[in-house]
Amino acid sequence: MKDALVIADRSYSSRLLVGTGKYRDFAETRAAVEASGAQIVTVAIRRTNIGQNRNEPSLLDALPPSRFTYLPNTAGCYTAADAVRTLRLARELLDGHELVKLEVLGDPHTLYPNMPETLAAAQTLVKEGFKVMVYCSDDPIQSQMLEAIGCVAVMPLASLIGSGMGILNPWNLQLILEKVKVPVLVDAGVGTASDAAIAMELGCDGVLMNTAIAAARDPVLMATAMRKAVEAGREAFLAGRMPKKLYSAAPSSPTEGKIAPKAA
Amino acid sequence: MIQVTVNGKAHSFEAPLGIGALLSRLELSGKKIAVERNGEIVPKSAHAETLIRDGDQFEIVVAVGGG
Repeated sequence: MKDALVIADRSYSSRLLVGTGKYRDFAETRAAVEASGAQIVTVAIRRTNIGQNRNEPSLLDALPPSRFTYLPNTAGCYTAADAVRTLRLARELLDGHELVKLEVLGDPHTLYPNMPETLAAAQTLVKEGFKVMVYCSDDPIQSQMLEAIGCVAVMPLASLIGSGMGILNPWNLQLILEKVKVPVLVDAGVGTASDAAIAMELGCDGVLMNTAIAAARDPVLMATAMRKAVEAGREAFLAGRMPKKLYSAAPSSPTEGKIAPKAA
Repeated sequence: MIQVTVNGKAHSFEAPLGIGALLSRLELSGKKIAVERNGEIVPKSAHAETLIRDGDQFEIVVAVGGG
């Protein structure tokens, strides 16, 4: 596969990972995921409704695990213990599936990651054989710590979850990209296509998003836009951009052979 | 009769009852779920033979949309 994204020894042609929350129904979820071209989709683990779900459609029917790589998350967990417990349940639910997204939140208002708890959970999960993709603050030192623990990808926020504020600190992302050898994916904060393109142009290995697609007026069209933006940003990164200059004394058209100026 | 809690709600059943039978009573047979009893996972392979006990706390979860 040309220019594949490799996570835990598996190759993916798409560098866009998408969440499956906040959609109107499973039909819309599926249409948006298809349009995004994503191969990895995040899911949450929640209590089942007892006694009222006999013929209720399930997410696993809408997005068959045979076609998509599921990435169970720990959304809503505020302690390492809860996150670990959730992912053990996810592994049982998905028949031994090991690739997971760890996120331990610090507070319900900002959803900013709690890094001490995140590091503790990562340690336990890696020991138990999980392949951990980890949502984290955009701190290069803690990103390196997560890599040292054995996480298979680090996923710093671009801005707060669900904020759509875009890439607030490209400099920190660059520091992380310089320091960390495992894939670095921007997770959270992307609002529109240009944000995704900027993340990829910086050299990020991928982008994970949910709200930017699900909360768009037309989620399926936005999913298409995001697919293109991630591809365009990746290609621009690989192509190597021209240096920025305040002005240029080198126009793009020849300076020779111009017609004679009209006599005054 | 024994009393157990499933996803935070009390349920009574005639003993003896295995977890497999419990799932069928709750109309969850064949569903893609995971079962935790008193904080410990009960693997699918052990559902049939594991009997529920009075006071057990069960969490039964599914995969749902999330980001």
